[in-house]
Amino acid sequence: MIPAPFDYVAPSTVDEAVRALADAGEDAKVLAGGQSLLPVLRMRLAAPTTVVDLGKIGELKGVRDEGDAVVIGAMSTHYDVQRDPLVHDHALLLARATDTVADPQVRHRGTFGGSLAHADPAGDLLAPALALDAEMVIQGTGGRRTASAAEFFQDFFTTSLAPEDILVEVRIPKHTGWSAHYEKFNRVAQAWSMVAVAATVRAEGGTITEARIGLTNMASIPVRATAVEQALVGRSADAETIRAAAEHAAEGTSPTVDGNADVEYRQHLARVLTGRAVEAAMAG
Amino acid sequence: MTAMAEPEVGRARVRKEDERLITGRTRWTDNIALPGLVHMAFLRSPTAHARITAMDTSAAKEMPGVIAVYTGDDLDPGGEVGMPNAWPITPDQKTPRRPMLAQGTVNFAGEAVAVVIARSAAEAEDALAEIDVDYDDLPVVLGVDDAVADGAPLVHEDMGTNKSAEWIFDSAEAGSGGDVQQAISSSEVVVTRRFRQQRLVPAFMEPRSVVVDPTAPQLTMWSATQVPHILKTMVAMTLGLPEHQVRVIAPDVGGGFGGKLAVTPEECAAVVVAQKLGKPVKWTESRSETMVSAHHGRDQMQDITISASRDGTITGLKVDLLADMGAYLGIVGGGVPVLGAFMFNAIYKVPAYRFSCTTVFTNTTLTDAYRGAGRPEATFAIERIMDELAAELGMDPMELREKNWIKHDEFPYTTVSTLTYDSGNYEAATAKAMQLFDYDGLRREQRERRERGDRVQLGIGISTFTEMCGLAPSRVLGSLDYGAGGWEHAAIRMLPTGKVEVVTGASPHGQGHETAWSQIVADQLGVGFDDIEILHGDTQSSHKGLDTYGSRSLTVGGIAVVKAAEKVIAKARKVAAHLMEASEDDLEFADGKFTVRGTDTSTAIQDVALAVFAAHDLPEGVEPTLDSEAVFDPENFSFPHGTHLCATEVDTETGRVRLRSYVCVDDIGKVINPLIVEGQMHGGLAQGIAQALFEEAVYDEFGTLTSGTFADYLLPSAMDLPSFTTDRTETAATSNPLGVKGVGEAGTIASTPAVVNSVVDAVRHHGVNDIEMPLSPMRVWRAVHEGDAAAGGPGAEAGGGLGSIDSAHGGAQ
Repeated sequence: MIPAPFDYVAPSTVDEAVRALADAGEDAKVLAGGQSLLPVLRMRLAAPTTVVDLGKIGELKGVRDEGDAVVIGAMSTHYDVQRDPLVHDHALLLARATDTVADPQVRHRGTFGGSLAHADPAGDLLAPALALDAEMVIQGTGGRRTASAAEFFQDFFTTSLAPEDILVEVRIPKHTGWSAHYEKFNRVAQAWSMVAVAATVRAEGGTITEARIGLTNMASIPVRATAVEQALVGRSADAETIRAAAEHAAEGTSPTVDGNADVEYRQHLARVLTGRAVEAAMAG
Repeated sequence: MTAMAEPEVGRARVRKEDERLITGRTRWTDNIALPGLVHMAFLRSPTAHARITAMDTSAAKEMPGVIAVYTGDDLDPGGEVGMPNAWPITPDQKTPRRPMLAQGTVNFAGEAVAVVIARSAAEAEDALAEIDVDYDDLPVVLGVDDAVADGAPLVHEDMGTNKSAEWIFDSAEAGSGGDVQQAISSSEVVVTRRFRQQRLVPAFMEPRSVVVDPTAPQLTMWSATQVPHILKTMVAMTLGLPEHQVRVIAPDVGGGFGGKLAVTPEECAAVVVAQKLGKPVKWTESRSETMVSAHHGRDQMQDITISASRDGTITGLKVDLLADMGAYLGIVGGGVPVLGAFMFNAIYKVPAYRFSCTTVFTNTTLTDAYRGAGRPEATFAIERIMDELAAELGMDPMELREKNWIKHDEFPYTTVSTLTYDSGNYEAATAKAMQLFDYDGLRREQRERRERGDRVQLGIGISTFTEMCGLAPSRVLGSLDYGAGGWEHAAIRMLPTGKVEVVTGASPHGQGHETAWSQIVADQLGVGFDDIEILHGDTQSSHKGLDTYGSRSLTVGGIAVVKAAEKVIAKARKVAAHLMEASEDDLEFADGKFTVRGTDTSTAIQDVALAVFAAHDLPEGVEPTLDSEAVFDPENFSFPHGTHLCATEVDTETGRVRLRSYVCVDDIGKVINPLIVEGQMHGGLAQGIAQALFEEAVYDEFGTLTSGTFADYLLPSAMDLPSFTTDRTETAATSNPLGVKGVGEAGTIASTPAVVNSVVDAVRHHGVNDIEMPLSPMRVWRAVHEGDAAAGGPGAEAGGGLGSIDSAHGGAQ
């Protein structure tokens, strides 16, 4: 478990990082916490010529309030996100999902931006980002640009980031007062999600006024359960309504098959877990 | 002070090894650095079965830091060296040669084909990619059923078959019982099942590592092994080295579970490479290498038939095993399933029994000993089918067991498989467990959940297990064609300052021998716990031993320590009598002091040790030493037993299994250290539960291990397990002076069927009568929703019995 040799650079600004990536060409990798990259390097599944470590760039860390959005620096650790009061007040769904990521050691090392850029469809933070309409702020050689979550996630482990791009921060529109629940299904506590459902809802007087639901690991990218959202909005949040709405959860999904689950079972789980996620979110 | 010191035996002492092991501030094999040390890395076959048509190592030899690259032919030009199999289970067993590095063909994915030696481990690793090997693929043999089918392709073409051996026990032939076929055909109820024991990875914490120093006339090998003594002898025999010029050291070793009961190609290659280069060499494997190349465990297909009368009395038991050995036989090899032959009848009075086992080769990593070795497999099958028989009869599964088990006043009891159980009290352990578990209350809740059609169903699983451990009486091993005896050695050295060194031939790798042996010796000699040091694992200081496996250390090695201590006292008594000018017969020995009976004249054993060291005034003919050694060969196995009860909640919508409660009451005889026992139970339970629910080594159709990392090979953490309720009854073993039985494997053996029985019990009313292990949520969900036929398990095809009981009532009274 010894990685192949590589050059290591640790720039102190985003500009330097972008330049380092551009200089290194296609075979560079970004180290953003390393909880996924290091195992891949050690197993020699990847052998980059250069590793650009973002860990020393202060401007990439921290959470701030920007009026109608909460902005999370890409290098904020899961632990930072989990305990941040802004995240808790305005993007509760993300806090709930982050609670379920791996174990305390990983949560102290791994980063929010690193998880999104890695784009593992079983990763727990993609579906909440999609459900919350997060916007990715990206810096490349041509300056800064933004991409919606829907544009950002493109395929298994593939995003709209170009080789020299850095994910700088993530802007999450405030969902103040929304209740939320992340329903995760895995075989052992520290395993990846087989299926998970990220649900956040706003209700007034027992009636659901808005609902956003994202599915983890139900396709090569995170999926929004739009049909379920539509079936919930404007209805009273009783068990029967929720169950009927959740029946739409697997529509438009194309999950992978592995030893833990085939397509039929994953789609079944998506329906059952969506119902439970919405119920739990409503229960507060 | 005249008060008796509190005995050490029975104290829940924190282990004296813990601080260094937990902080890692100790000597592991991988920490060892020697002047001029070079590093080895192995290139492993990516393919499961192929002819090697060409191998080019020239580019690798040019890589930075590379000192040499060797192929199998370089290390063993004559193709003569083969890793040892010490247990040929039949005289006609087929035993293929397992080379250090593949020669001609590769027979499993992960088999080593070349070795690079470089200045650093990283440079050795880098150069592997530059070795060019051409493979000409051969048909891949996977799965025991396919391997023994007519016309199956062969793993080893020259053998003409994939069968290694067939081993049979028949109670009619042995004279220990009736004819099983007759019993089955004349019985009122017959239940047949096919159970699959999935393949497991031992998953010890410390990866394997070896260092060999050839720079002195005596070659020294450090290895992360659980068997340094066996390794020394076997390496000498395998490589033709003079045994007196080989020293093997197992420094602290981070777990083994049987996975380090091995003599490996890597260890032997390290010796040959070190000798070729005249330099010390080191190899430490990566976790990925462990997964594909260290031996696996379990992997059997079990066809089992039990017959009974309508009142539940067992009349016969028939077992046919196909055991997957992988591509080669390891050191125990086919002996693993054979050990199970004696345990299928378990705690029950079975009048007729037949066991057959066919050991089979496939193109997979070899299988060998893994915690329990043969006994967990047997225990699983019998305890599972007891529940199925109970369901068939409409009896409570505990009532069925009670009807058939050996009663406490029937010991010693000679079983149908010819073992004599010395002691036991199944009634007592069961009564205690049932009370702690609230069996009746849980049955009531189960009924209520069923009646209201609760999404979460409750199940109760029972396992009333026994095991044979304390391996083993040498004469029994001889009768089974095992290559060695089962004795153990100990020596005690009394130092001039009153401190004590205890040498043991057992070889701890996490068990806590240093603490337990110190407690035993402290009581025996009356010296302080902290004044005792335990020496182990170095064939130079501990020159004689048979190491640690099969829950043997305490029941064999611990008794050797007692015997050695008795000899020390006998020698000291002579000297003490002389020093006090008293007759030996008038001396009493207690609390470390010899006292002249009826007086207050006494001398401490430490004073005797100093007097013997000085040797100025010893009785005529007495050698100036108290040091003593003993070798203990047990007369019988020991037979721990226990009652394990597991309650699970099964979410019928998702198939998820949650362990609600787990109670075990074990009888392991006399307890030396309750804290160590507790640790062994918890770890053992976790491992057995993991077989039931999580772990499986999976091969794809090409023979590639797809569960090759811990992301896919699922190990539970504390998060996935309930808080265990553990308790004990104490029925002393009569076969040894301490009354101990051994605890290393109990939890693993007992727990797997308890969990599976519990899950099946929870969903039996859905028409489910088996689910294949591991009980993944998908398998459980499928069993519930589509009935057992689609549960994905071979158990699905197996029929029920001849009874007509409504399965909805089975086990739920």
